[in-house]
Amino acid sequence: MTSFFQTLGMSYETAWFTATIAGILLIALPLMLAVALIIYAERKLWAAFALRRGPNVVGPFGVLQSFADGLKVFLQETIIPSASNRGLFLIAPIITFTVALMAWAVIPFADGVVLSNINVGLLYILAISSLGVYGVVIAGWASNSKYPFYSAMRAAAQMISYEVSIGFILICIVLWAGTFNVGGIVEGQRGHIFGFINAYAFNPLLFPIAIMFLISSMAETARAPFDLTEAESELVAGYQTEYSSMAFALFWLGEYANVLLMCALNAILFWGGYLPPVDWAPLYAVPGIIWFFVKILLMFFVFAWVKATVPRYRYDQLMRLGWKVFLPISLFWVFLVSGYLMFTGHFA
Amino acid sequence: MIQLVSFYIFASIVIASAAMVIFARNPVHSVLWLIVAFFNAAGLMILIGAEFIAMLLVIVYVGAVAVLFLFVVMMLDIDFAELRAGFVKNVPLGLLLAVVLAAELVLGIGAYQAGAVTLGTPEAGAATVSAAVPNIEAIGGLLYSKYVFMFETAGLILLVAMVGAIVLTHRKSHGTRGQSISSQVQRRPEEATRNVNQPVGQGIEL
Repeated sequence: MTSFFQTLGMSYETAWFTATIAGILLIALPLMLAVALIIYAERKLWAAFALRRGPNVVGPFGVLQSFADGLKVFLQETIIPSASNRGLFLIAPIITFTVALMAWAVIPFADGVVLSNINVGLLYILAISSLGVYGVVIAGWASNSKYPFYSAMRAAAQMISYEVSIGFILICIVLWAGTFNVGGIVEGQRGHIFGFINAYAFNPLLFPIAIMFLISSMAETARAPFDLTEAESELVAGYQTEYSSMAFALFWLGEYANVLLMCALNAILFWGGYLPPVDWAPLYAVPGIIWFFVKILLMFFVFAWVKATVPRYRYDQLMRLGWKVFLPISLFWVFLVSGYLMFTGHFA
Repeated sequence: MIQLVSFYIFASIVIASAAMVIFARNPVHSVLWLIVAFFNAAGLMILIGAEFIAMLLVIVYVGAVAVLFLFVVMMLDIDFAELRAGFVKNVPLGLLLAVVLAAELVLGIGAYQAGAVTLGTPEAGAATVSAAVPNIEAIGGLLYSKYVFMFETAGLILLVAMVGAIVLTHRKSHGTRGQSISSQVQRRPEEATRNVNQPVGQGIEL
């Protein structure tokens, strides 16, 4: 895109700057639209699982429901509790929202279509997603209220626990792909199985950690069945209890942008990202971005499916799953994968 | 140009937020300023081309260590008057620490200018770093060849520290009932519920 702006007669620096700003807008604005539509889609899915109709009043089939909700929230009064820590109270949703958008910078949407093609892409995603907890923790503390505080404590413990096993799972993938570059990981899956299936997930050695990563990403985004930070039967609405209006909406948008990011990560790491499922020439006629979106939507369907059907975990079960099940298994898997790769001379 | 601007932005924010860590009245604010400082230090690392170190700084310090700091500090019941009461008493100790740290800083810079210290295994000194190799591969190449003993020793020390911390703090708790997950999972509906076809007008046996 930089070269495109250079053809318009800009110097390299100006062209690069304009291209980056344009790229950020090209990712962030469609992402916001996608979040609005994905919330609608999820409500329709839950409704289908529960034999209800779901939103069906605003617009054709209720498609505009999210926009109506957004407008309503936008017009509401922002209530800031007088006992809260005012500055931090307002910064918290901004952090959640910004962090949810930041990680998209290294996601490749098609071959070479990525805002920032950096060597440490996967580490960048890990670093940015580890920042997400601050929004929740600061919100819980700054609200100066009992239930948000409990929620913040839970969120901090939960996200740290699952980041450990996510880190080990990512190491397995990085070992196999031989690079931290996200685009390189996608390319490493081209013809991975029998020379024509483009996915790590069909590798018998990587399939178990694909499942573990799916579950860990649900825990990392605090989605059901691990949504203990906002368990309404115990904590009212968790860290969002004191929030209203746009501050609340920012949490909401950030949460769904995070869920989409985790779906995208699942698709990229295990299901071949922008590659078609099979390495067959006619399938490449479909643009890579379409394959990528189809994979994200399928992952999102799984997320919605789980949320609609699986009961919520108890907190001690959540911690046990993270530390006593996923951590040892993923650590063992790092040994297993690196041992296998060493034995078969993958690194030679 | 843009490097220079970003350097001054990152550097001034690091210094300002580091000062705010000390000057902030509220410990929670201190920790949050510390996080801002870490984050901008990572920005400085990226500017000198050490992107791997920058990401590690964010993952380890911002993502894990500072979260635990915040976790603990948030739960403190802070009495500000009591916090400031010990100030005069602790001034000599604080000054002493400051002098020691400043001396170490001067010593470190002097040693750095005198030339690099050669550590690591003497026979495996071949690993040279070229600019074309990505950060991670360069560090990996050095760490697993030249400095492999120091690397392994560091790992061993951390392991011992971890085991030691667990041994020191672990207490067998009495009188608490733990959860037996396997028995909970293996429990079947027939063990807990009973289907009865109750005739009308008779009580239910509980």
